[in-house]
Amino acid sequence: MLDKNGIAKRIAKEVQDGYYVNLGIGIPTLVANFVREDISVEFQSENGVLGMGPFPFEGEEDADIINAGKQTITTLPGASFFDSATSFGMIRGKHVDLTILGAMEVSENGDIANWKIPGKMVKGMGGAMDLVASAENIIVAMMHTNRAGESKLLKNCTLPLTGVECVKKIVTNLAVLEVTNEGFLLLERAPGVTVEEIQKATEGNLIIKGDVPEMIL
Amino acid sequence: MIKKVVSGVHEALEGVTDGMTLMLGGFGLCGIPENCIAHLVTLNIKGLTCISNNAGVDDFGLGLLLQKRQIRKMISSYVGENDEFERQMLSGELEVELTPQGTLAEKCRAAKAGIPAFFTPAGYGTEVAKGKETREFNGKMYLMEEAYKADFAFVKAWKGDEAGNLIFKGTARNFNPCMCGAAKVTVVEVEELVPAGSLDPNQIHVPGIFVNRIFKGETYEKRIEKRTVRTK
Repeated sequence: MLDKNGIAKRIAKEVQDGYYVNLGIGIPTLVANFVREDISVEFQSENGVLGMGPFPFEGEEDADIINAGKQTITTLPGASFFDSATSFGMIRGKHVDLTILGAMEVSENGDIANWKIPGKMVKGMGGAMDLVASAENIIVAMMHTNRAGESKLLKNCTLPLTGVECVKKIVTNLAVLEVTNEGFLLLERAPGVTVEEIQKATEGNLIIKGDVPEMIL
Repeated sequence: MIKKVVSGVHEALEGVTDGMTLMLGGFGLCGIPENCIAHLVTLNIKGLTCISNNAGVDDFGLGLLLQKRQIRKMISSYVGENDEFERQMLSGELEVELTPQGTLAEKCRAAKAGIPAFFTPAGYGTEVAKGKETREFNGKMYLMEEAYKADFAFVKAWKGDEAGNLIFKGTARNFNPCMCGAAKVTVVEVEELVPAGSLDPNQIHVPGIFVNRIFKGETYEKRIEKRTVRTK
C-alpha cells in the first residue's frame, strides 16, 4: 500500500518532457518533488504563474509570490506571471497538458466530486470546475477509500459534481486505474496489494484483464 | 494627459453607498486592496454584494467586513479559510454564489470588454449550470455566463502613474487587471505612485483608460496566509 508520497511518486512517472502541468492542492502538490530531473516541465498555478519553483529559503519569502494553495513559492528561470483571465485561458484553451487533482469521489464513467459536502463543508470549487471541464488529460490522486473505509470509486457519485465524464486516470494508495466505457480498468497494483483487496475497496465496476502487474516506483 | 490621482482613500471611496455591488481584486490575501477595505469598514457601509475570488480570513481582508456584517452577498470561487464566513453561510445570514474561478475572472473581463455573455464548459452538468442556457459547439456542451454588473471595482497594483497606468508584481496581479474597467467606477490603490512619464509605456499591464481614481495606499501589511519555506 502506498502513502501520499508514494501516490505522488507514481503519478510523477506520468509527467512527460515538454509538459505544462497544473497541480491541485494536497497530494498533487507533492508530485513536483518526484518528477525526473532530466526532462523539461513547467508547473502552472492558476492564480497566475508558470514556472513555479520550490518553497523559498527562510527570510526570502515574498507575500506577492504564492501558489494557488496560498503558500509562498519561488519561480524558476523562464517563469512568467499573468492575470486570472489569462490563466484560465491557458486552461480552457487546452494549453496546459496535464491536470492532477484530488477528489472525494470518482464514478465509473469519470464524473468527479471534490468541492462540497451538503450541510457540512462548502469550501467552493476554486478552479477545479474550469480545469476538469477543459483538460484533455486529468489524473486524480486520492485514497481509495474514505476515513470510514467506504469506497471513493463509485458507480455514481453521491456528492455534488465538479465535472462530468472527465477523469481519465486515477492513482490511489492501492492501484492505478483507467476510466473506460465499461468502468474502472485495473492497470497496476500498489506494492503488496492483491487484486481481491482492490476489488473489495471498489464499489464501481472494476475490470480485471489477465495478470495485473505490481507498479514500479 | 488625463490625471486620475485623488487625494487619498477618503476621496477614492466617495459615492460608495449601502447596497452597492463591489468588485475586489486579490487571490487569498495576495494583492488585495487593503486600504480600500479598511476604509469600507470605517464608513460602515452595509448590504454590500462583493465579487471577490475569496473572502479573506477572519481578521483580515474581506473577513473584516464580514465580522461587521456589512456584506449581504458574496460571489466567490473559494471560501475555505474563513470560519465566520462559513458560520454566516451555513446559518443563512449570508447569501453566497459560488462560481468557478475561471468563470469569475471571465465575467469580470467580459464586463470590462463590453461582452454581455460568453460560453464556457466549466460547470456543465453540475449545480452551477442550474437555470443557465446551455449550447453545443463542436460536439461539446457549454454554459452561457453573463458579464458582471458592478458599481465599484477596488484594485491593488504595485506601481501606478498619475495617468492611471498600472504595473503589478508577482501573483498579486491575479484578478486585479480583469476588474479594471469592469465596474462603473474603478478605484486603484498602489504602493508607489509616480509622475506620468516615469513608467515605460512598453511595460504597462493596464492602461489608464480603465482606471478612474488612483491613490497611494497609506500602509501595506501584506499578510502571508501560508508561510512555507525550506531550510538552507
